[in-house]
Amino acid sequence: MPESSEFSSGVRSGIVPALSAAPFGMLFGAVSVTQGQSVFETAMMSLTIFAGASQLVGVELFGQRVAPWLIIASVVAVNFRHVLYSAALTPVIAHFSLPKKLVAFFLMTDPQFAEALKRHEEEERVTFSWYLGAGLVLYVLWNIMTLLGATLGGFIKNPEALGLDILLPIYFLSLVMGFRKRPNYLPIVAASALGSILAYATVGSPWHVSIGALAGILLAALLPPAKGKEAAQ
Amino acid sequence: MSDFTNDHMLLVILGAAVATYMTRIAGYVLLSVVSDIPPRAEAALNAIPAAVLTTLVAPAFYAGGWESKLAIAAALLTGLRFKSPLPMIAVGWSVVMVCRYFIIG
Repeated sequence: MPESSEFSSGVRSGIVPALSAAPFGMLFGAVSVTQGQSVFETAMMSLTIFAGASQLVGVELFGQRVAPWLIIASVVAVNFRHVLYSAALTPVIAHFSLPKKLVAFFLMTDPQFAEALKRHEEEERVTFSWYLGAGLVLYVLWNIMTLLGATLGGFIKNPEALGLDILLPIYFLSLVMGFRKRPNYLPIVAASALGSILAYATVGSPWHVSIGALAGILLAALLPPAKGKEAAQ
Repeated sequence: MSDFTNDHMLLVILGAAVATYMTRIAGYVLLSVVSDIPPRAEAALNAIPAAVLTTLVAPAFYAGGWESKLAIAAALLTGLRFKSPLPMIAVGWSVVMVCRYFIIG
C-alpha cells in the first residue's frame, strides 16, 4: 500500500476508539476546570501526558492538595501498564527507526496498543504511516474534546447540582472492574479497598492512596502465583 | 499546607508527563536489559493498576452520602453486565440526580 493509503487506513482504525474516548476527554476538561485548574493547565495535561485515566487521577489528587511526588507516583502507577505494552509492542515496531519508535511510544495508549497488535496478529505489516494515522486521530480528538470540556466547565458553578462529583469514582470503578480477569483480582481489590478506607478514616487523605495501594500490591506478591498465567506462556 | 502556585502546578504536570513517557518506553528499554522477572515481582507489578484505582473508589463510597453509595452500587451492578464505562456512568449519574432532585427535595 502507498504511504497515503496506509495513513488513511490508520485513521480508519483509530476513529472508533477516538470517538469512544471523546466523552472522557470532555469529562476530563470539565472536571479539571471545576477542580480549580486553568484552561491552559488542563490543555497542557492532555497535550503532554495524553493518558486519560491518569489525567483524571492527577486532577482528583490536585483537588485534594496532595504532595507533588505522590501525584506523579500515582500517575505512574496508573500508567504502569504502559511498561508491559511497550515491551509487547517492541517486536511489532522493530522495523521503525529510533526517532520513529520514540514518536510511536508517545502515541501509545490502550486503544492504540490494541489496534497495533490486532493488525500485527492479522499479519498486516504495522507501518509508521498507519501507526501515525491511528495515533493522531486519537491525539487530536482527545485534545479538542479537552478544550471543549474545559471551556464548558468554566460555566459550572455547582458541580454537585449537576451530579459531576459522582462521575470520577464511577469512572475509576469501571477501570477497576476492567481488571477482573487478572489473577487474584478479588482479594487484591478487597485489600486495597479496606486499606484505603481504614487509612482514610485514621491517617486521613491523601495517605489512603499509597497505603491502600500498598495493601493490595503486597497481598499480590504474597499470594501463590496464579496458574492461568503460566499456562499462557 | 503548601500552596500550589501556577508555576508549581505546571511543574507537576510536566513531571507527570515526563514520568508517563518513561512508562511508555520502559518496556522497550527493559527488554534489552532484563529477560526474566521473578513471578512474585510480576504478580506485584500486575496488581498495581487495580490496587491504585481501588483507593480512588472505596473512600469515595465510604465518605459519600447515601445517594452516592447507592449510585456506586448501581454502577457496580451495571458493570457486571456491560464492559464499557459509559453505561456505568449513565446509570450512576441518573441515580444521583433522581435522588438529589426527587427524593431529597
